[in-house]
Amino acid sequence: MGLLIAFIARLITGAQGHWKGCAPKAEQRIYFANHQSHLDWVLIWAALPSELRATTRPIAARDYWTGSPFKHWLTREVFNAVYVNRQRTDDQDPLEPLQDALRNGDSLVIFPEGTRSNKGEPQPFKSGLFHLAGQFPEAQLIPAWIDNVQRVMPKGEVVPVPILCTVTFGAPLQLQPGEDKRSFLARARQAVLDLRPPESDT
Amino acid sequence: MNLGRLRHLTVNEQVALLFLALFGVLVLVTVAVALRSLASDDERRWREQQFRRDLRAVWVGALVFWVAWVSGPVGATLAFGAFSFLALREFITLAHTRRGDHRGLILAFFVVLPLQYLIVGLQRFDLFSVFIPVYVFLAIPVVSALAGDPRRFLERNAKIQWGIMVCVFGLSHAPALILLDLPRFQGRGAFLLFFLVIVTAAAQIVQELAGRRLRRTAAGAPHRPPLLAAGLGAGRAGRRGHGGRAVLDHAHQRRARRCWARWPAAAARWANW
Repeated sequence: MGLLIAFIARLITGAQGHWKGCAPKAEQRIYFANHQSHLDWVLIWAALPSELRATTRPIAARDYWTGSPFKHWLTREVFNAVYVNRQRTDDQDPLEPLQDALRNGDSLVIFPEGTRSNKGEPQPFKSGLFHLAGQFPEAQLIPAWIDNVQRVMPKGEVVPVPILCTVTFGAPLQLQPGEDKRSFLARARQAVLDLRPPESDT
Repeated sequence: MNLGRLRHLTVNEQVALLFLALFGVLVLVTVAVALRSLASDDERRWREQQFRRDLRAVWVGALVFWVAWVSGPVGATLAFGAFSFLALREFITLAHTRRGDHRGLILAFFVVLPLQYLIVGLQRFDLFSVFIPVYVFLAIPVVSALAGDPRRFLERNAKIQWGIMVCVFGLSHAPALILLDLPRFQGRGAFLLFFLVIVTAAAQIVQELAGRRLRRTAAGAPHRPPLLAAGLGAGRAGRRGHGGRAVLDHAHQRRARRCWARWPAAAARWANW
């Protein structure tokens, strides 16, 4: 099933991965990327070499992705998603499932904007990335830019149109000692933006 | 073997011989490359890697083409339908469509393309020649107009229409060559198709080689042939004068020109999976 989805994703979008700043290696990584479409995760996943797909996991909102048996099966069995609660409860840290996964040695893909943006520029990043960077300094933080995907499936459409997309992976980012949240998140956002291909005019 | 004896073979045997020759040449080239890479130094390795990638693409292209021929008209129609899909995908990627084009593109990819190849398969050549140039050319702007985006309406539609024209209508003539009932040429359409594919593949290879050679000369040698220097100068002036846009247009045109000359090598992407 996973292979079939990757095949369809490549058929429709090409899903070409450009490894500009790092090689596709089996190290523990947190990929963070711009978020414009529901397809973003599938695209990153399909752009990864198949041996990395099993240990690279997406984040899924628990209430939505366990809502129907199919969605639950897809995220659990195929994508091996990390479920998070969107409603914040006082006794639980929302990042806890992510921390468990990282302690497990898995890699994660996160979209720090928190929501899909259909403007060209990504919105300011949420702080989760900063906390994870502080707690797991051994995991590499890899910025990624997903290009063209908003043309494949604009918001509100259900049928994707075949258009070639690229995922550009950049050089790993590190949290500098003493760096505060705001400047780190701004730097991370800029790292993602810097990967945007020059001809992209969204 | 002399040519007289070739004439006595059936058409199928003749085509099979052609394929034998093609694969023979490919095997020879592959072996030669493998032998040369044993003795090569690091410096040439990169170039050889590129060449090997191209060679693999040609292999995949030749195999796909062979499978299409072996499986008969249905196989050929399906294979060229797939090429059509890949070609149109590249064309539309370069055309910079807008949100309002979405429905029109769905129509192009998932309705027009399969229908055109279905028409080829059913050998309805009267409908085949008017379906896209007449009916689809009318339908696309209508669907697009329903999306209600008036910005650059004519330009956007013209691009999609001609994408379909080149990548679907044009390419669908390739399987039609096999299926057409040509007077005094019955059953020999495969030769025409073979000729078409060989010419296209040769053009692709020559262009690729020439492009590499010219680029290398331009980068390394101070003495350029005047024609090339003029060409390069013009290209650079354009870049400097009009800023990013000129570079973009230039690159786009180059890719666009390449994209529909290279459909046999579109299979190359698949080889990298």
